[in-house]
Amino acid sequence: MDIDLIINSFPKLLTASLITLKLLLVSLIIGVFLGLFFAILRMSKNIFVKQFAYGYSYIFRGTPLLVQIFIIYFGLAQLEWLKKSVLWVILKDPYWCAIIAFSLNSGAYTSEILRSAFQTIHTSMIEAGKSLGISNKIIFYKIQIPIAIRQSLPAYGNEMILMMKGTSLASTVTLMDITGVAQKIISTTFKPIEVFIIAGSIYLFMTFCINKFIKLLEKKYNF
Amino acid sequence: MTVLASLLIAGNINADQIKIGTEGAYPPWNSKDAAGNLIGFEVDLANELCAIMKRECTIVEQDWDGMIPALVGRKFDAIMAGMSITDERKQTITFSQGYADEVASFAVVKGSSLEGMDTPEGINLSLGGSAVTKSLKTLTKALEGKTVCTQTGTIHQNFLDSGDVGKINLQTYKTQDEVNLDLTAGRCDVALAAAVAFTDYAAKSGTSVVLVGPTLSGGAFGNGVGVGIRQAGDDEVGKRDAQLLKDFNKAIDKARKQGIIRELAIKHFGFDASM
Repeated sequence: MDIDLIINSFPKLLTASLITLKLLLVSLIIGVFLGLFFAILRMSKNIFVKQFAYGYSYIFRGTPLLVQIFIIYFGLAQLEWLKKSVLWVILKDPYWCAIIAFSLNSGAYTSEILRSAFQTIHTSMIEAGKSLGISNKIIFYKIQIPIAIRQSLPAYGNEMILMMKGTSLASTVTLMDITGVAQKIISTTFKPIEVFIIAGSIYLFMTFCINKFIKLLEKKYNF
Repeated sequence: MTVLASLLIAGNINADQIKIGTEGAYPPWNSKDAAGNLIGFEVDLANELCAIMKRECTIVEQDWDGMIPALVGRKFDAIMAGMSITDERKQTITFSQGYADEVASFAVVKGSSLEGMDTPEGINLSLGGSAVTKSLKTLTKALEGKTVCTQTGTIHQNFLDSGDVGKINLQTYKTQDEVNLDLTAGRCDVALAAAVAFTDYAAKSGTSVVLVGPTLSGGAFGNGVGVGIRQAGDDEVGKRDAQLLKDFNKAIDKARKQGIIRELAIKHFGFDASM
């Protein structure tokens, strides 16, 4: 065990964790909006809208995240017309390719979590609202959404942790996140154990923080 | 536990059997055909060397970034993966004499502003002196602010990291295939690798990737490509490793004398890269 290497690589990996955090936060935020949007579409009475939302979640939950990143990063770069369009400004950048892949993936899982949360809301609560003469819109915003969020918190905590670990795949498209920097250090020191133990510890600490955060939210929304 | 350990070592230590690790993603040195079989200069050469040593060899595939750890971890006994002999690597493993050498070069997609880069034809970093310094200065100016792509953990990355070419936006990839893809996709302004890695790619893919600037050798680029072998230890495996190194050196001598290396180099590279 090379203690010097552990001490030397720790600050480098810590700096790299900022990129990991950035990727995680941006993807989760976009993912929540996508998830809410598609969860609402799933509850639509229009069969096409419903099937479209189902197809989205089916495709992104049914394929590996790595494949999704590769299709977006390497795959789309092969389309000549795309490279000539304005979209290329975004797709040229590995950072945005990773964000797009992570957000779409997280959105698919979040939509499922929220959908099942909406479905567990007992009709009696909605009927109670209606009997008090509250409008459908307000019932949705003031009754359904808060309950759904509370119901989905434990499952969503899991999704946050999965996504956090998923960000390590950003290193496959040249981004220097924790895993990317770890691999770079290993490529010159040839000592994987030391470096990956540190990288793993940082990931573990992030998981710890996410867990605490979710617990806090659960307490706050306990009703 | 001891039984298990001895079993593991015993499985590895069959004296006549050698496992050789290669990447399979760095044509024409080593790559895979459509059926997934390992092919290339080093695969052919490994078979020739094993025939000379009268040993049974199996060639196994290993990702580039785990190549040296896998050798040290006894996943295989030797590396033949276009790996240049460098001082940095010698701190961890040892090398046979070099069997082939060829220069590194920059490459761009045709039409790039870097295409007419006005630099001398070749820079040998080992020579040093004012001529090399001046050439590097021209190169530094041409590459300023450019996105330069290369494979992780290679001599090419070492060179770009060394500061010899000033401040560039360095982007690294797990395989050369990915470097080639992103060069043609337009994400890289310019890429650095073995010159043949680009000419081979251009020929096979039909893309308009062209070499630019000087060819680079010496210094950070090491002293040719050799067989990587574990540093000999005191135990059984260590003694066997020491013998393996001797055997490889002898076999390379013989293959060189018989013109086998030269022949294979011309077949795969199109020129004599043997040394």
